[in-house]
Amino acid sequence: MKIVVCIKEVPDTAAALVAEDGQATWGDAPLVINPWDEYAVEAALNVGGDVTAISMGGDKTALKHALAMGCKESILVSDDALANIDTQGTAKVLAAAIQKVGDVSMTFFGKQAIDGDAGITPAQTARVLGWPALTLAASIEVDGDNIKVERSIEEGMQSVNAALPAVLSLVKEYGEPRYPSFMGIRKASRAEIPEWDLAELGIETPTPLVEYTDTLNPPTRDVSVEMIEGGSPAEIAEALAERIMAEKIL
Amino acid sequence: MKTWVYIDHFKGEAVAASWEAIGAAKALGGDVTAVVLGAGVENLANAAFEYGADEVLLGENPALEDFRVENYATALSALVSDVDLGLLLFPTTSRGRELAGMVAIDLNTGVLVDVVAMELDGEKVVATRPIYAGKLLQKTVCNGVPQIITLRGRAFAKPEAEAGHSGTITQAEITVGDEKSTVEGYAEAGGGVSLNDAAVIVSGGRGTSNNPNLTAPDGMSDEEAEVWRAQQGFVMIGDLAKTLGAAVGASRAAVDANYIPYANQVGQTGKVVSPDLYIANGISGAIQHIAGMRNSKVIVAINKDADAPIFKRARYGVVGDMHEIVPALNEAMKAKLGK
Repeated sequence: MKIVVCIKEVPDTAAALVAEDGQATWGDAPLVINPWDEYAVEAALNVGGDVTAISMGGDKTALKHALAMGCKESILVSDDALANIDTQGTAKVLAAAIQKVGDVSMTFFGKQAIDGDAGITPAQTARVLGWPALTLAASIEVDGDNIKVERSIEEGMQSVNAALPAVLSLVKEYGEPRYPSFMGIRKASRAEIPEWDLAELGIETPTPLVEYTDTLNPPTRDVSVEMIEGGSPAEIAEALAERIMAEKIL
Repeated sequence: MKTWVYIDHFKGEAVAASWEAIGAAKALGGDVTAVVLGAGVENLANAAFEYGADEVLLGENPALEDFRVENYATALSALVSDVDLGLLLFPTTSRGRELAGMVAIDLNTGVLVDVVAMELDGEKVVATRPIYAGKLLQKTVCNGVPQIITLRGRAFAKPEAEAGHSGTITQAEITVGDEKSTVEGYAEAGGGVSLNDAAVIVSGGRGTSNNPNLTAPDGMSDEEAEVWRAQQGFVMIGDLAKTLGAAVGASRAAVDANYIPYANQVGQTGKVVSPDLYIANGISGAIQHIAGMRNSKVIVAINKDADAPIFKRARYGVVGDMHEIVPALNEAMKAKLGK
């Protein structure tokens, strides 16, 4: 069984983001594999078979992490024409890459990337491929050509069955991703990572449908904290309760 | 501009953000049609009128009984391609996101996801959306037709329901494609207020496990005892939440230490929330947690450490032990709210 995991490189979650001249900057914070994608890699490795990691853009840090976790191969999709690509374009390019890998039964994503936070690329890639989208999966059971997942939705868990091939996205409830092993890291550092451009994928540059006109710092909120102090816990609680009531939000 | 608002619902119960989307659409001006898809959901059509819809398009089909995004996308894309539509709005829910995304692929247009503000520039909507969990904001426009936008819950005011307001319901022909997947069943989350649309959230962090007056039952390992103590801390938090009609939240540290399920996690890799009142107990305020709750209207922080970064974000702060303050605050709030 062939499995593809689509991953992305993002600034570490601890990065302080600042908008400068309409662009996001993160100082010297490291780029890492998108944290959600680690669950996707973990799930793909647990299902088993030949797992190929694909990343669009980035400098191969995320791909090396995926290789070190145990993916068999990795591919970087990279093309100057992909700067500022939107989710629709991303879905079309990833779908082309998945088709080029060929004979893929399942494609895994993290539930969203922590930079753009859109969380729709898995569903859009599924739609381009014509495969079912089994997103927000917390558990997976593969039985021959069928798959059953428990999806973590707002109202609880939804159990869905589908025939393969399918696109899945993974959530944290799936279980902790493994750490790369020492051997894995060594193997990843030596790996040749092929690069595919749009010509190699045999597709045109997707027409941009979404335009990003500006990136801004959120308005600074002038909160001056009022510390409630002195007295017993009951007295402090009473003073705090009065402040909360005075906000007229309850 | 002709605008459609997709009414998201779970088993016939509308998500509040659907009504907020009707309000947001009305604020932009133009004709607002609510689109209700499902099976046995005519009551939602009537509710949509009460929240301000000018028209309702009702598409019912047994194949839409359970929400499977492929069927819904095929049905909705077919309806949209029959009209000259300027704007298609969805609430940002797990269903709304994916449905919007698939319809955009079908119609070769784009989606602006999880938008918190909209302004009109001619016929174009300039949308503002948080990125990097709200550490930054992005301005964005959709150059396809129709413009598709999903709106974050609680970012737009919910219109007052006007009882008796009604209009014409148009029955839509529903086309569904080949079934790609089927819903087997549900295990619904147990009770309590959901974090997604909570007006008040009471949260706990690592500090929940530090109650000096608790001794864990005999026979527990250190780790089990720590989790047990933290769970008693979350009982206090739950009691206060119950008094306030609030949802229970948690920091990543508390979730990773197995004090409470992931569904309660607030932050960059949990849920991003914006309640009217957020009470943080024993949470230091790591940048990832702040990113998830920074837009709360009033933040109250209770923490033993006077230097905890959470106090820089708070409107009211108490330096003290949450195990003493939280039960006392619960009693004080009960008295004030007459509970």
